[in-house]
Amino acid sequence: MTEKRKGRRTRRQRKDELTRPAAIRWPGLARVFQKLSVLLVPLALTAPLALQLSADAPGTYALRDARIIRVSGPVIEHGTIVVRDGLIEAVGDNITPPADAWVLDCKGMTIYPGLIDALSTWGMTNTPAATATAATGRGGGRAQAAVAVPTVSITAPVATTPARGPEDRPSNTAWIKAADQLYPTDRNIETARNGGYTTAVAFPTTNIFSGQGSVIDLAGERSGDMVIAEAVGQHIAIASGRGGGGGGGGYPGSLMGIFAYIRQIYLDADHYKLAKSIYEKHPQGLPRPAYDRTLEGVLASPRVLLPATRAVEIERMIKFAQEIKVNAILYGGLEAWRETDLLKKTNTAVLVSLRYPEKTRDADPALDEPLLTLELRDKAPTAAGALAKAGVKFAFYSDGQSTPRDLMRAVKKAIDNGLSPDDAIRALTLTPAEIYNVSDRIGSIDKGKIANLVVADGDIFADRTKVKYVFVDGTKFEPTEDAAPAGFGRGGRGGGGLN
Amino acid sequence: MKKLLLLALFSSAAFAADAPVLIQNATILTITKGEIKGSILLQNGKIAQIGEKVLAPAGATVIDGAGKYVMPGIIDCHSHIMAEAINEGSVSVSSMVGIEDVLNPEDIAIYRALAGGVTTANILHGSANSIGGKTIVMKMRWGKNADEMKFEGAMPGIKFALGENPKRSNGGGGRAGATPARYPATRMGVEDVIREAFNDAKAYQATWADYNAKAAKGEVAIPPARDLKLESLVEVLEGKRLVHAHCYRQDEILMLLHVADDYGFHIQTLQHVLEGYKVAQEIAQRGTGASTFADWYAYKMEANDAIPYNAAILVRKGVLTSLNSDDAELMRHLDKEAAKAMHYGGLTPTEALSLVTINPAKQLKIDNRVGSLEVGKDADVLLYDGDPLSNFSKVLKVWIDGHEYFDRDQDVEGRPKKESEKKALITKAAAEQRANGGGRGAAPTTGAPNK
Repeated sequence: MTEKRKGRRTRRQRKDELTRPAAIRWPGLARVFQKLSVLLVPLALTAPLALQLSADAPGTYALRDARIIRVSGPVIEHGTIVVRDGLIEAVGDNITPPADAWVLDCKGMTIYPGLIDALSTWGMTNTPAATATAATGRGGGRAQAAVAVPTVSITAPVATTPARGPEDRPSNTAWIKAADQLYPTDRNIETARNGGYTTAVAFPTTNIFSGQGSVIDLAGERSGDMVIAEAVGQHIAIASGRGGGGGGGGYPGSLMGIFAYIRQIYLDADHYKLAKSIYEKHPQGLPRPAYDRTLEGVLASPRVLLPATRAVEIERMIKFAQEIKVNAILYGGLEAWRETDLLKKTNTAVLVSLRYPEKTRDADPALDEPLLTLELRDKAPTAAGALAKAGVKFAFYSDGQSTPRDLMRAVKKAIDNGLSPDDAIRALTLTPAEIYNVSDRIGSIDKGKIANLVVADGDIFADRTKVKYVFVDGTKFEPTEDAAPAGFGRGGRGGGGLN
Repeated sequence: MKKLLLLALFSSAAFAADAPVLIQNATILTITKGEIKGSILLQNGKIAQIGEKVLAPAGATVIDGAGKYVMPGIIDCHSHIMAEAINEGSVSVSSMVGIEDVLNPEDIAIYRALAGGVTTANILHGSANSIGGKTIVMKMRWGKNADEMKFEGAMPGIKFALGENPKRSNGGGGRAGATPARYPATRMGVEDVIREAFNDAKAYQATWADYNAKAAKGEVAIPPARDLKLESLVEVLEGKRLVHAHCYRQDEILMLLHVADDYGFHIQTLQHVLEGYKVAQEIAQRGTGASTFADWYAYKMEANDAIPYNAAILVRKGVLTSLNSDDAELMRHLDKEAAKAMHYGGLTPTEALSLVTINPAKQLKIDNRVGSLEVGKDADVLLYDGDPLSNFSKVLKVWIDGHEYFDRDQDVEGRPKKESEKKALITKAAAEQRANGGGRGAAPTTGAPNK
């Protein structure tokens, strides 16, 4: 009983300490305080309107006395991070908080770089949080009006007749970019952020050539503010529904057809580039090549994401990528433990799904499953560990999930199956940043990088650890009580978050 | 450069040297050089010696073949195993797609085919299209990856199809509840589609010839775009790709032979060709092969006017004939299918076995490598516990390139271990599911009650 009360008092005290501007403790800097209060008052008034986040505007913070997992370098046991104007101004064990900084005492806490979802659809769906401006339609909230994207532009123009061949460019929206299709009100953003995810590499995923992904930060009123890199790779999807046996369903109707289609598109793209260059040099007397937005999109993509879950698919896709001469990243990767040599030899990066295969719930209990299927399911959590051991570049991705608890459980399972916690955190931070060539901006706690940070009250993979703060672009978020079940802890309330 | 790299990647260490194998005192059915009581030596992936007495080289595995039979690996000219897609049914001409892109080297049907003595199979696209996809010849090197299983140097093929399947008589054709209508809907239409496709292919050929002429003269020109669909048809016109045509009725068979005559290409094999016996002479005249079933017919209208004497009649009329499976199950007893041709039509044992060995090898133009037991050919060899044409005989061992890929005793011995491995995985998964809160549906039962 007394213990509990004591604990509660401590919590309140700490909260006061955390939120009190530094200036109060250094009365000599009254002018700074004045300046801050001018900023703070209007902020406090508008805060409830702003998507109901317990977030502050980007300011200057000093996160003091924390255990800092930089990822890019050795762990700092008792260090300070200074955040200013959305960037990391300083990090080290011998840093004096600047006079104008809000000092957060992070004693007993661990700070990680913000987690990155390496292949995501967060931010891509128009599903606002229930508590946000409910208006999903016209004339909604202010933020809504600024960002509303007509839904129709996300999908390819609906074909009136089935495609007769690759020349009809079926299932192809190669030119679209996730950055142009973002919904800052997507409730998955907040859910994921409450679990420590600050960044997602969001992709359109609906077509065979789905379009290009964008690296986005998981906060921002306007979609433009969220974007870190707008075009980082073409997403290629192979829809399982395309059985093919039928007829008249439109090309391509089978897995074979999809391969042939992709191959033809890359041939066409090569030809398009060549034809355009010849035409540019000799516009008089040559037929003008027709503009093709799908090929423009393909040619503009710096890398290509190809699906490959089983060993067979990994072999197939590596070969195919070499044939069509693209810089390929494989996604799926659950049987990658069987293909580490080939992946290493070909220097292929893998995005490992955090959705492990399960027996379908209504499967016939008497069903005699092949050994291969049972093994795929059993060994899927060993894939990440095997890749790390072989030195293959890999990152984790959410694969359609947004509940951080599920994601962290899956990572934990990979750790239990041979992945070191260091490699696990790298696969959620610096490695995805490297894969998409944005590691000069995000992925580790380094001076000058974007201030995307997770402050947790312990080891991020431990079951009862809670995320205390999340910084996105230097803006501080505190996961709300309501959001707690979506966080790491499993124990529910009163679970001793302050031990 | 990339290709070289690829080749290196996929074929390195694929064929480690196997110890020589000497089978002694066996009945050796060479198919092409008669029957020998004696020995056969497999060395460095090839058949090194065959004779009454062969000395065992150092390190050789010697097998006593007394009472046993040795014959060449069976070749199946029509199979769909390994393929993760069969039909690109969306279009009438799907010559841009290829089975090669969707091979699954872990298909258990490969192993089962091996157990039935098949060492090489022609993996075909389905028959939903007048002109279907590209085909590929594979060796059943179980345990290797898809690239390592390819029959090196075998000519690529393409599937054509006539009759009910391409005209969508059975389930297609735009009937209510069926797939949408697609041209063609009649046998006339099938012919038209094939002719039009080759007209296009010829035009495509001409476009390239035109561009090449311009380029040779130094004129500025934009090269034509490559078209994968037409490229495969140009390969057919140039004799670089073998046509395997699915057909049943004599009228459509004649139609296709005439279309090929008109456009100047060759039909390498007619597949199924159940009414082939009616037009055997016309088929033989053109050097076209026939790959049929022993006694599988009457499963649809166009397969009704069939007789089990088809293979024998075709052989007697001088048509290069084979028996194929078109089915993963039938594939496991092609030897017994061959035997049926002795019962129906009176073929000799060697003629019967030729239907599943040297004849399909010739049809696939790989008879320089496989199809018979001859010194210098690939060591694709079967060991039987009795006459392969007997219902009571079983395949004991299978070698491909001198490497043992199947051993019946090992398989039987290994079954309990595989079963317990499976059980362990099922138990583990069930335990994990329970530990994870169970509530997510019923825990899977660990053993099927009906076993």
